[in-house]
Amino acid sequence: MPTGDVLALSRKDSFEVVVLPHLDAAHNLARWLMRDAEAAEDVLQDAMVRALTYFPTFKGINSRGWLLQIVRNAAYGSMKVNRGIQMVPIAISEEDHSGTVADIPSADDDPEASLIKARDRCHVRQLISALPIELRETLVLRELEELSYKEIAEVTRTPIGTVMSRLWRARRRVTQMAAEQGWKG
Amino acid sequence: MTVTDTCERVLLVQAEFDGELDAAQAANLQLHRAQCSVCQSAEQELTRARELLREIPYQTTPDAVRERVLAGLDAVRPKPDLSPARPRFSSRFYSWRHSTMGFALGSACAAALAFLVLSPAEQSLTEQVIAGHVRALQPGHLEDVLSTDQHTVKPWFDGRIDFAPPVKDLGSAGFPLKGGRLDYIDGRPVAALIYQRDKHVINLFVWPTTRDGLSAPEFAERNGYNVLHWVENNTDLWAVSDVAPDQLRKFVSNWQRSP
Repeated sequence: MPTGDVLALSRKDSFEVVVLPHLDAAHNLARWLMRDAEAAEDVLQDAMVRALTYFPTFKGINSRGWLLQIVRNAAYGSMKVNRGIQMVPIAISEEDHSGTVADIPSADDDPEASLIKARDRCHVRQLISALPIELRETLVLRELEELSYKEIAEVTRTPIGTVMSRLWRARRRVTQMAAEQGWKG
Repeated sequence: MTVTDTCERVLLVQAEFDGELDAAQAANLQLHRAQCSVCQSAEQELTRARELLREIPYQTTPDAVRERVLAGLDAVRPKPDLSPARPRFSSRFYSWRHSTMGFALGSACAAALAFLVLSPAEQSLTEQVIAGHVRALQPGHLEDVLSTDQHTVKPWFDGRIDFAPPVKDLGSAGFPLKGGRLDYIDGRPVAALIYQRDKHVINLFVWPTTRDGLSAPEFAERNGYNVLHWVENNTDLWAVSDVAPDQLRKFVSNWQRSP
């Protein structure tokens, strides 16, 4: 959807057109930040209501970045309130694949290979969940949301240099942990 | 392989890996990297990291969560005003009517459907019906009552809105009725009828107006969505879809002909 065109129209009337298409991105970030499905939904709900409220004052062109920033603020706010509860890393069980895209192995994969893939996916997930939040959010915004350094800097309100070093540290940690455990990936 | 030594340029290697360097910067880095083992292994490590991370799933919104979130949004939106006297709507309507009266005079000879310049008030209505259409296309939001039978869809609106929308089945013309839904346009509850054309969805928004008679359909296009608006028997009708404009016109003429 051509965001520029949409924004040329009346913003107030087109929250559905400008913001709602990024609901999945918002959910994905909330889910990775909160690590717990229920807490993530609360954050998502809170963030979407905030987005609707602030929408008349939205003047930018990057509505996805704008929404992700709101999600991040909501998540940090929630963690502050629930300090000591939500900050405990929650192990993700093998079964916890609700709402994910890549669950069903394609028919042309051989069964053993897809089993190994599924197991590794689960491991990588745990590993990312265990990353400190500032590394985790940077990695998710880059690798899953494919934001540019500048966009990540805006969403996380962090200088670009810090974004770069966090990204580097996050990636190194992932590869090193995978190497230690001998994962195939 | 892991990077044991350090090189101040590894972050540049990473920036190139992420497509953040321009051609000149990349060429400079290329010269350096040819002689720097630290940067060479850094690149391998980046590739390895991406391979691993490709396995992690994107967490799309489960349908149930999406529904709860949208319901939460509805709850905080301004409540629709159900009283018949609505000054805001009438004044909007008044200005809209003025703008179209000039059009009616000028276009007496131009029988073809005009791409008329919409007044700001109507522009906003056009956007609202498109937004309603787009929102309806989100999973689980298309229809509240799922029926191809007009005698099921019409009574369903009883008690849900303060008027009885005309419901017609245009299946024989290739526009089968799929169901109905309650929507909010311009701060009031309206009926949305869902029709199908091949794989495309046509939303027909219906609400009462004080305008009598039959008006020529007015066409508008926004972001790939086509809108036809007309008035018939004190009813405002807005057809919205991504089907081609001629298909949408066909839909409207079938609707108008159908008893």
